[in-house]
Amino acid sequence: MSEHLESAVPRGEPVLSLRGISKNFGAVSALTDINFDVHAGEVVALVGDNGAGKSTLVKVLAGVHQPSAGEIFFDGKPVKLTDPSTALDLGIATVFQDLALCENLDVVANIFLGREKGPWHLDEVGMEIRSWTLLNELSARIPSVREPIASLSGGQRQTVAIARSLLLQPKLIMLDEPTAALGVAQTAEVLDLIERVRARGLGVLMISHNMEDVRAVADRIVVLRLGRNNGILTPDASNEELVSAITGATENSVTRRAGRRAQREHSNEASS
Amino acid sequence: MSQPPDGSPNTPLLDRADVRVKHATGISGAFEAFITRVKSGDLGFLPVIVGLLIICTVFQILNPVFLSSANIANLLFDSSTIGVISLGIVCVLMVAQIDLSVGSVSGFASALVGTLWVNQGWPVLLAIVAALVIGALIGAAYAFLFNWLGMPSFVSTLSGLLAFLGLQLFLLRSTGSINLPFESPLVSFGQLLTVPNWLSYALVALAAVGVFLTDYRIQQRRRTSGLSTQPMGTVAIKALAILVGLELIVFYLNQTRGVPWMFGLFVCLVIAMNYALKQTQWGRAMTAVGGNPEAARRAGINVTRIYMSAFMICSTLAALGGVLAASRLASASQQAGTGDVNLNAIAAAVIGGTSLFGGRGSAYSALLGIIVIQAISSGLTLLDLSSSLRYMITGAVLAIAVIVDSLSRRSRMSSGRG
Ligand SMILES: Nc1ncnc2c1ncn2[C@@H]1O[C@H](COP(=O)(O)OP(=O)(O)O)[C@@H](O)[C@H]1O
Ligand SMILES: [Mg+2]
Repeated sequence: MSEHLESAVPRGEPVLSLRGISKNFGAVSALTDINFDVHAGEVVALVGDNGAGKSTLVKVLAGVHQPSAGEIFFDGKPVKLTDPSTALDLGIATVFQDLALCENLDVVANIFLGREKGPWHLDEVGMEIRSWTLLNELSARIPSVREPIASLSGGQRQTVAIARSLLLQPKLIMLDEPTAALGVAQTAEVLDLIERVRARGLGVLMISHNMEDVRAVADRIVVLRLGRNNGILTPDASNEELVSAITGATENSVTRRAGRRAQREHSNEASS
Repeated sequence: MSQPPDGSPNTPLLDRADVRVKHATGISGAFEAFITRVKSGDLGFLPVIVGLLIICTVFQILNPVFLSSANIANLLFDSSTIGVISLGIVCVLMVAQIDLSVGSVSGFASALVGTLWVNQGWPVLLAIVAALVIGALIGAAYAFLFNWLGMPSFVSTLSGLLAFLGLQLFLLRSTGSINLPFESPLVSFGQLLTVPNWLSYALVALAAVGVFLTDYRIQQRRRTSGLSTQPMGTVAIKALAILVGLELIVFYLNQTRGVPWMFGLFVCLVIAMNYALKQTQWGRAMTAVGGNPEAARRAGINVTRIYMSAFMICSTLAALGGVLAASRLASASQQAGTGDVNLNAIAAAVIGGTSLFGGRGSAYSALLGIIVIQAISSGLTLLDLSSSLRYMITGAVLAIAVIVDSLSRRSRMSSGRG
């Protein structure tokens, strides 16, 4: 699956650079001194335990939260992401963990929310066609785009949220646990999509708890722990390395189990 | 990839590719779809229309004057003033806020017009514009308190209720009321003027043709774009039903007084508001903010500006309603806008089907709701029943409307229609 070669991936200019980003919620420091880059045509995975600050970082980059300190560069220029529309206008699209859809609006209205065709007379037919095109690209199974979002399943909603992020043809896409609610086929479809998006030269920042997904598509893995950078790894890093970077422990039950499995596989390989 | 490639002889329509979904077709299908929608709690105008039919039947049996052409014309005159105020309430309810001060603002606006026009000698149009501008500023103040100080709108508008009632009493302190000149166009507008018969028929025909052409064009475009379409029969029947139904009503009204111009103004405002809420980016943003303000913000919508527009439109329409009420009564009095004006305006929007929970409503709910309320009031007046009974019955109808709103919301939730 993860057979693409590290060096074969064409690295563009950095689309996004973070320098010393911190974010405090009152006394809680959710993020402290975060530094990393996302290049054009690169998938960066952001991993970390629950509460590590991944979603907070995504929200800072989406203009939802303001950083307490630090600088953000987009396309090489320093930017202030004062509100979500600034981020959207720059070309930063986000699929939030909680999806941020309006349950009382239908699928088309949600995909085009804030970016409707025809501000003074909505082009409903045009928007519906574009919605179907986007959804078909994702192989979505949506019964009707004219039903309120509330009638859709979790996976279908997630697909709608992803379709919405693609609408604006962004330069950087951030996906906060995009496959959490998806089935096997849809997950594969989303990973496929991420690779296609990368091939088009966009930057992708993906959060996932699924290490297999991360290894499958990521070019680099940024590890957050307790709101701090805890290492930047490559997808061929061993499971132990990843787990210890995420948990901070050099040895725990996961690494021990992984160690045993590796040993078993090793002996299997040797015997076959 | 699950979709068959394009170009095969029977490529399914873009929105009909999923074979698991039953799609109703034809006119019977449209009817079935309607039943399913009602069952899942998406009631639309069904409750208010059923309620209106019951009310009309009961009052017509009790007093045959009720449905007479002249009485209906009178009812439409009376509906227009509070109806305009209620249209503003629809706006604030859409974004899940409330304005409790619309009655006071309307009374204050009528006092302002009386003072500026009659006492100060301003041109009447200028006085009206001044009242509307002040109305807009009042809404802007509420929005400011809400957006920047986080003051809940029911508190800020409750204090507004008292403050503007005070201002109204202050303006009229010497005389208690100001009589508006009886021969003035403003007063004839509120009491006499009706649409010429030929014009009323023509306008209704124009509306029906407009509905048909709009629907026809949409279906045409859907067909050429490979989307599912309604059968042309359904489109034609809808337009024909509108044409025949409305022409009959207008014909009946034209037997005596005709269609009041004031009601015509109200209907125009309703149509304009419906267009703005359903067909523009602003309306979409209003619905989104009412449904999920944080999601709207993250989609790049300027949420504070949407709240600002909702509050400003509401108080401007409240001021306009006050001006219309003054023209209807030919006076600006200390009683204007007090009593049940406030609650009737809010009740009308809710009775018409606009949700108190935000994000769901229609401009037409102001029209239908206020006709229900005025029908009750007019029917009881014809029966010589006191206002005590009127309050109780209107209260009961409002309670029923809120119960219907809550129950349908619950059944929408359980059947997943938000
Ligand atoms: N709006 C907020 N107010 C206060 N604390 C917050 C807020 N959002 C997140 N946090 C805190 O920030 C930390 C990181 O949360 P989050 O970014 O959601 O973690 P992750 O997505 O990595 O699981 C948590 O300790 C959480 O409690
Ligand atoms: Mg998270």
